[in-house]
Formats: sequence, C-alpha cells, structure tokens
Amino acid sequence: MSKRVIEIDPVTRVEGHGKVTIHLNEQNQVDEARLHIVEFRGFERFIRGRLLWEVPVIVQRLCGICPVSHHLAAAKAMDIIVGADRLTPTAEKMRRLMHYGQVMQSHVLHFFHLCSPDLLFGFDADPSQRNIFGVINAFPDLARQAVMMRKFGQEVIRVTAGKKIHGTGAIPGGINKSLSLTERDALLKDIDQMLSWSQGALKIARDYSLDNLELVQHFATFPSSHMSLVREDGALDLYHGNLRAIDAAGNPIFDQLDYQGYHQQLVEEVRAWSYMKFPFIKSRGHLDGWYRVGPLSRMNTAGFIDTPEAGNAHRELKALTQGQPNPMTLANHWARMIEVMHCVEKIRDLLHDDDLQGKDLVVKGERREEGVGVIEAPRGTLIHHYKVDANDQVRFCNLIVSTTHNNEGMNRAVAAVAKQYISGEPRVTEGMLNHVEVAIRAYDPCLSCATHALGQMPLEIELVDASGQLIDRREQNRR
Amino acid sequence: MNTPIRFQIDGVEVLAEPGQSIMQAADAAGIYIPRLCDVEGLEPQGSCRVCTVKVNGRTAAACTQPAAADIEVENDTLELTNYRRDLVRMLFHEGNHLCPICEASGRCELQAMGYRLGISQPTKYPYLQPARPVDASHPDIVLDTNRCIRCGRCIRASRDIDGKSVFGYVGRGIDKKVGVNGDNLLATDASIDDCAIALETCPVGCIIQKGMGFYKPIGERSFDHQPIGSNIEGNRSGAAHREETWRQGEE
Repeated sequence: MSKRVIEIDPVTRVEGHGKVTIHLNEQNQVDEARLHIVEFRGFERFIRGRLLWEVPVIVQRLCGICPVSHHLAAAKAMDIIVGADRLTPTAEKMRRLMHYGQVMQSHVLHFFHLCSPDLLFGFDADPSQRNIFGVINAFPDLARQAVMMRKFGQEVIRVTAGKKIHGTGAIPGGINKSLSLTERDALLKDIDQMLSWSQGALKIARDYSLDNLELVQHFATFPSSHMSLVREDGALDLYHGNLRAIDAAGNPIFDQLDYQGYHQQLVEEVRAWSYMKFPFIKSRGHLDGWYRVGPLSRMNTAGFIDTPEAGNAHRELKALTQGQPNPMTLANHWARMIEVMHCVEKIRDLLHDDDLQGKDLVVKGERREEGVGVIEAPRGTLIHHYKVDANDQVRFCNLIVSTTHNNEGMNRAVAAVAKQYISGEPRVTEGMLNHVEVAIRAYDPCLSCATHALGQMPLEIELVDASGQLIDRREQNRR
Repeated sequence: MNTPIRFQIDGVEVLAEPGQSIMQAADAAGIYIPRLCDVEGLEPQGSCRVCTVKVNGRTAAACTQPAAADIEVENDTLELTNYRRDLVRMLFHEGNHLCPICEASGRCELQAMGYRLGISQPTKYPYLQPARPVDASHPDIVLDTNRCIRCGRCIRASRDIDGKSVFGYVGRGIDKKVGVNGDNLLATDASIDDCAIALETCPVGCIIQKGMGFYKPIGERSFDHQPIGSNIEGNRSGAAHREETWRQGEE
C-alpha cells in the first residue's frame, strides 16, 4: 500500500467553499489532515479609496448569512473614526436589537438546517436522508419551527436595518431609523412563541450532548485557549465589551483589553497551503498562541449570562466541566442554542424599552484617522480595523473574521477526527468522511468570508496515491 | 392670450401653450415621458435621448421638440420602450453602477428608470468597467465619476443658476466625461449650497454630499414605493404602469 491523499472538496453544509485533504501513509494511518480555504475575496484591498460611510454597506457583502455582523463591526470602527465614543441610547439599542436578531437567525440556520441532519440521523446515516429534506420529512414540526424562528430573526433585522439582507441601518455615529410602534407590536406578537421554541431548541441540543456524552467528550476534543468580548463585569455581551483570553485551564492570558489595541496582542501568520491566515496571541508565540472563538469559547470566557433562562443553561453547561473551560467541539451546539435563548430574551427586553422609539439617532465628535470595531458574530469574534485619510477615503483595512481565529482549532479538529475514525481502516466510507465534516460544521465556519459558492455543492472525494494516481473517487451532488 | 396648441400623444388629445416642448405639455397632461438629462428648472439639452418619442413617425427628443398643432406623438409603445431600454442599459454598462453599495440607491433616477423599464438582469453589452479616480478633496463634496451618466445637469446648474461653471465636459466620444474647472474640487469655488450640488440635481450618485450617505432609511427613499414618473402621472397607479411595461415583451 502506498501513501494516499483523500480530498473532501468542497466541504458541504457549511457557508462557503473549503476543502479537506487527508494524507494516509503506507499503513493507512493518517499522517496529516488539513482544512484549506481555497478562494480569495480581496475586500481588504478594494475597499481602499472608498468613502468611510460606505464601508459598513460594502463590507457586509462578504456574506449573505451574517452580513449584519460585518455591517455592525464596520460601523463600530467608523464610530471611532467620526469621534462617536458613546452612541445615543436609541442608536445603541437599535443596533443591539439588529445584532440579536442576526445571531438568533444565523444560529438557527446553522443548527437546524446544516447540522441537525447529522445529530438526528447519525453521522454515517444514509446521505439521501441526512440532509434538510430528510429533516423536513421525518420531523416536519421541527423543520417548520426552524423556518419560523429564522423568519422572526430576519424580521428583526428588517425593521432595524431596512432589509432582511444587506440593509443600511448602522451609519457612522449611530443608526438611520428608530423602531415604530407598528414594527414593535408585530414582533411582540410572536415573542412568546419564539421564547418557547428557543427553550425547545435548547433542550434538543442539551439532551443530545448529555445523551451522547461519551461521543461528545471524545469527538475532536482537545485543550485550547479561548477568546471573546466580555462586558466590564465579565458577562456575556455579543455586541460590545473588551477582549478576554483564557488558557486551557481557565487562567487569564489577557483580560478587559480595549480592542482598539488588539494588534498588540494578536498577530497573524501566513501559511503556504491556505488563503486563510493563522492568528495567534503574541505573548504565547506562534506554536502555542492559537485559540478558539465562537459560542463554546464565549461560554468559557464569560463569567455569567445576564438573562434568566440562558443564565441557568450556562451554569448547567459549565457544571459539566466543573467550571473549567469546555474543550469539546460538539458542545458548540449546546452553547449555540444557549445563545439563541439569550438573544430571544434580549430581544424581548428591548422590545419593551421606550428608547427604541427615540429620535436622537446620530452623534459625532472629534475626527480620528484610525478605528477598530469588534463584535461577537455568530461564529465568534470579528475584528474590523480601518485607517481613513483626511478626505474620508479608506487607506488601510484589516479584517480578522471568526473563522480565521478558528483556523488552527478547526485544523486540529479535522486531524483528530481523521485519526480517530479513518486511521487503519482498510476502506474509507462516505460516513467516515462525514465525521470530518461534522467536526468542521460544529464550528459553523463562515467560509463565505473567504469566498462564496452558488448553486450546486458537489461533494467530491478522491483517493490519490503518492504518485498522483487516482485510485478511488466518490461524487455526490447536493443542493 | 395665445391660442392653445392641440396635438395627440398615443391618441390622447393634449393642449400646449405656444413655446412649450412636447415633454412640458405631456407633463401638464399627466403623461410621463421617461427622461434622465432633463429636470425642472434647467434648460433642456436633449442629450440622453431617453425621452425619444416619434413625431409623425420620426424620432425626436421630447424635451427639446416644440409642441406643434395636430402632430401625432407616439410615446408608450413597445418599439420606443425597447429603444429606451437599450439607452439605459448602455449607461449601466459604460460606468460602474454598483447599486447594492451606492448611497444614491433608492433615489437614483438611473436605477429607478431601469426598474420602470423592466431591466432586471445583466444584458448583452460588455461592461466597460472604467477606473476613474474619486475626487474627495473638497471638505463637503465628493465627485465619483464612475457613476456619471453625462447628463450635464450639474454643468447647467452650475453655469446657469450658480453662475460658477464649476463643472464642464472634457474629452470626446466615449472618453467624454465631466470635469471641474481646477485641479480638483477643492481648487474650485464649489460650495455645498450650490444648486449643482443639490441631491436633486445629480440623478445618480456621482456628486455626493460628504457624511450624508445612507442617512435616509430604506423605505423612505424617493423611489422605494413609487416608480419614477409617478409624480407626473398623478392618479395613475405606478405599480399598474410598471406591470404594463413588463408585459411589453423582453424581460
């Protein structure tokens, strides 16, 4: 038996286009496994020369799934540049409402549409059933809930940003509209149903983790550092706060770091085989400085959650690891549904806040040349950094998206699963390879931030020997 | 008192004062003839040709053609709609009209005309994709000629109303473009208060006022609910009219 390389190209049921290569040696043992981001978008380059108030509208076009995150991160950076250090209550709360709607609908999409087929039918179930249409056939009520929950989140976005996808609500220094009473009442009409369905979704994710604890504890589980924004009192805050990073034992690496100085702590490394950079924490060096972000990392970094139901769920999740950072890749789903609960609770509270009907929408202050905006996007910490010249034209842009932060973590997850499920097996099955994809999907990678794919998403796996000879090939078209 | 001139547009009798153009008479009668380079308050120049009508079977620009007794004008016909579609398409293809990221979106007359004429997808023409530098030198004003359609409204407003002649055409043929009478906008006496800089003057997002981008939310912009021309058509439902246009073949 010669050395072989297996490719999973593209990875399916994720946002965007990625490829996995698994290198097998002569004994069929996995030598190496990597996740490649194979296309390039170039926003950081072509945004140069554009005008500062255009930036939140342009950069959100990176993605059609979580454009609000880019819209808000860019707007927060432009707030700094136009000198708006503190927004009006109406502006901040409208933006928060937009963000909670966004995180909610994105998490629901990810959990139900992309991942639930694996969890409901099994990782190596028949692929003709293991997809969203299988879920619709077997669990029609659940599928309908998922659609209606997404619809609610999208409606929240529409009334705050103007459109469900790619709106214009956040402008430098504030927001361009408040919430009318008609808009508020339309959302309030459905909020109790959303709270109830969120409880149900949280229960599904929690029960899955506890009922399959053996699997969850050992599937792509490895220690790592974690990073996220946290509020000044240490609470989970998806919209604003300071950066906190902890090591695998829960000890702080840095805490309450003003993100305007993120580049003093975070460095990006380029590797030849991927278009995606590898960020690391400078003080820990490029070998040990990698970290994870996202729902589970936020559960690990946050001291508590300030809404009742999500707060209780957070405590239960933390108890599973006796308060230590949870290293289990699959526990991301539980964490994700805790955040859906949190978002819906926050939306409910905001809808009862009169500030949303305020008229004071924009503030400006002393102009600056440089600004950083950071937000906790659905998939994790999102950093936007801009420099703008005296004519209001962008001259520098650096974006570190959530998936980039998770680059090393996802690669380790891919390698761990490949070694666990493929090493030594005489024949590689589609089900085994889906295990690799399950690990990637747990991070909900937004590969769209690096590319976008339209239409057919073929799963193509090729077995190639050391001389490049194709020895086996599987192909399956999915939409 | 002058005797009104009587003529017909698409078989409907219309009255015009002596000296009025076909377009002025049509506007007064509540009949919309599409146009881009013409706007109330400026001298018509007949350059965009989107207002092309047929007068007794011959094409003419309605904004500059005087109304005359007993002429028969064709306006809302499939043949003319197709001419106008081609003219508007070519404008889209000659510049860089990226509606999704343009702050004029929703109030842009070019975009609105595209919708009104039922242009909803890319067309057969190649995109020229010019690379024109953005002039952001002025503290209050930006000139982004990537979005210019050479309607000349800013040129006429600056010359005839502001008395400054800040803007003018430079170059010829396909290279013709709008320039300023200085090294850049900062070197001119352009002011945010000029008629040439008013949002209503530039029909697209070429001349923009700094810091005002996206201030108006989606849903409150000029053409969010009514298609271009509805103000002239009055009671005639814009949506119904747009459907009529769409029914007329092609897209």
